[in-house]
Amino acid sequence: MNSATASPPSEGGPRLETVRLRATSGFSRVLSPRELWRYRDLALQIAARDVTVRYRQTALGAAWAVLQPIGFMVVFSLVFGRFAGISSDGLPYALFSLAALVPWTFFANALLLGSESLVSNSALVAKIYFPRIFMPAGAIAAGLVDLGVSLVILFAIVLIWGVVPPLAVLVLPVLVLIMLAAVLGVTAALSAVNVRYRDVRYVIPFAIQMWLFATPVAYPSSIIDEPLRTLSAINPMVGVVEGFRWAVLGADPQLTLIGISAASALVLLAAGLAYFDRVERSFADFV
Amino acid sequence: MSDIAIQTSELGKEYALGLSSRGYGTLREGIVNAAKSSLGRLSRRGERPRQDTLWALRDLSLTIREGEVVGLIGHNGAGKSTLLKVLSRIVEPTTGWADVTGRAGSLLEVGTGFHPELTGRENVFLNGAILGMRRAEIRSRFDEIVAFANIERFLDTPVKRYSSGMSVRLAFAVAAHLEPEILLVDEVLAVGDAAFQRKSLAKMSEVAEEGRTVIFVSHNLAIIQALCSRGVLLEGGRAVADAPVGEAVDQYLRALERGANDDLLERSDRDGRGWKEVLVKRLEMRDSVSGRPDVIVGGRPAKIVVELSAVLPSIECQLTILNSLGNPVTTVDSLISAPSDVRDPEIGPRIECEFDTLSLVPGRYRIDVLVKARRQIQDGLQAAAFFDVEPGVVGDRPMPAVDSDGDVVLGHTWRLPS
Repeated sequence: MNSATASPPSEGGPRLETVRLRATSGFSRVLSPRELWRYRDLALQIAARDVTVRYRQTALGAAWAVLQPIGFMVVFSLVFGRFAGISSDGLPYALFSLAALVPWTFFANALLLGSESLVSNSALVAKIYFPRIFMPAGAIAAGLVDLGVSLVILFAIVLIWGVVPPLAVLVLPVLVLIMLAAVLGVTAALSAVNVRYRDVRYVIPFAIQMWLFATPVAYPSSIIDEPLRTLSAINPMVGVVEGFRWAVLGADPQLTLIGISAASALVLLAAGLAYFDRVERSFADFV
Repeated sequence: MSDIAIQTSELGKEYALGLSSRGYGTLREGIVNAAKSSLGRLSRRGERPRQDTLWALRDLSLTIREGEVVGLIGHNGAGKSTLLKVLSRIVEPTTGWADVTGRAGSLLEVGTGFHPELTGRENVFLNGAILGMRRAEIRSRFDEIVAFANIERFLDTPVKRYSSGMSVRLAFAVAAHLEPEILLVDEVLAVGDAAFQRKSLAKMSEVAEEGRTVIFVSHNLAIIQALCSRGVLLEGGRAVADAPVGEAVDQYLRALERGANDDLLERSDRDGRGWKEVLVKRLEMRDSVSGRPDVIVGGRPAKIVVELSAVLPSIECQLTILNSLGNPVTTVDSLISAPSDVRDPEIGPRIECEFDTLSLVPGRYRIDVLVKARRQIQDGLQAAAFFDVEPGVVGDRPMPAVDSDGDVVLGHTWRLPS
């Protein structure tokens, strides 16, 4: 739809761009840097809106970003750490689980909000053109603010506990990027399916629960036997969560797991965007 | 010579009909359909599964020059809105292409981008960005927008606390200050109170006079004729006329009259949201006394008779009389009831509406009809019938001549100095 060609320069007036609108196939819009750049102001506005609206008219505001992982930490510490006696690779269980819960909470919320984003903005999608990927991407970007807040609290708690993060803390941005790639890929695909099949709305909360148990948040991946452990890293959150423990708490580096997860995240990203691009054209007809 | 702003070539848009096109299909249906169609493909190799489709646009080739103000006219479902959607890139054409030179901004629906939790100020920026404005551009016109909408005091109040009039004004103000090279407008002037509508209309003609390219869709032929220089008449997705606006409007009116003369059941341009348990078969304006149809002497009692295909309990009817330019003159609605209204079990599948005096100025009028039952719009037709009013007498006073101002005559008495 955007095989844009510059128009011949007209006398005097400014040069205007001519866009040819026609039926398209294959990759065209989602990955077109030109389109994304042209609509950059809108992308910022959508992300800013999602951030502003998220905690408006809430009494605790952004504290919710922190309360959620801390609440889980308390419950996990009691249930898994104390009663079930699950190993935490020699780390204090509370820190062990919190370091994993911080990225996990971001991931779960991004998935939940991002996959609804196209449907909850259906009025816009049906009436105005913009690169549709901004909707799920904006929802995810808004979650980054929460992630920032909860990372600060995580480091505060870790330091108060008397643990000094190792030099590996420098890999943290890479881990966040892996997580972003995975969540954008999955969310793009799910939000697109949601436009057509509203079943997605019911599947997501359930799938997030399942995904939590498939990820070593409450337990260390060391309790899984090989080769299953290496295989489990196809779930990109396995590498991210283990990576966070390494970067924040100085746990043993699980480089193989992180590597597999990173590769898997990239595959998810490419596949998710490819699917999104394929069905994007029909969003206005179905939403 | 001016440059070309929009050029389309054999543009077509096909929609699939039926439930699956409604979008709310479930995954199970999707899987079943996919299985069915792949099975079908196995059994009937090469033959594509037949599906009901509708060409909302067909072989449309248009050239619109920079600075032209073009009105799109046509029945419901003629393809006007679809063409705007294609040009504003919301949907892709199925066939052909359209070249659009410059930024195209659409006023498809005012205020769609508003978020109720955000303040007026925040919404101006969000909505501006949605309509394609740069942040700096919005900032430079911010005061103008706020002044136009007249909401200075409520800038930092969430929009959900605005009255509906306020949010509509703000939304239109943002849209009206957008400065794309090409402006696509779809029936937005029907918002706000009368004073605001006048202001909006003035703004629109200002935009048109600035030399911007405007494509304008409205059912109001008077507005179309006032704003546009060129008219394109669409019928069944094709352009059947492309002419100076007066000619195109005349041709549309002739097409409307043809539709009113035909059997109404054969018309497909109906409003009905898919219910259609009752359809309008025939509609007529009659002189109540003589029973003579279609030509009424002004000032005499008259009645509109609607014949239906069936009877449903608690059926309601709304009738709108419009003048020859498509401006509504009056609307009557049986939902607004009076003690003198009657539900007659003997009347059969018909509705009658009596006017004590038809105090319309001589001229040609048309009637739009909506039939409601079970809280749904069952059927709706525009221009279901035409009628002429001949000069008559209101009270004891002769009616003014045909080209007088206004459409109605009120009974009145003067008191003058001697």
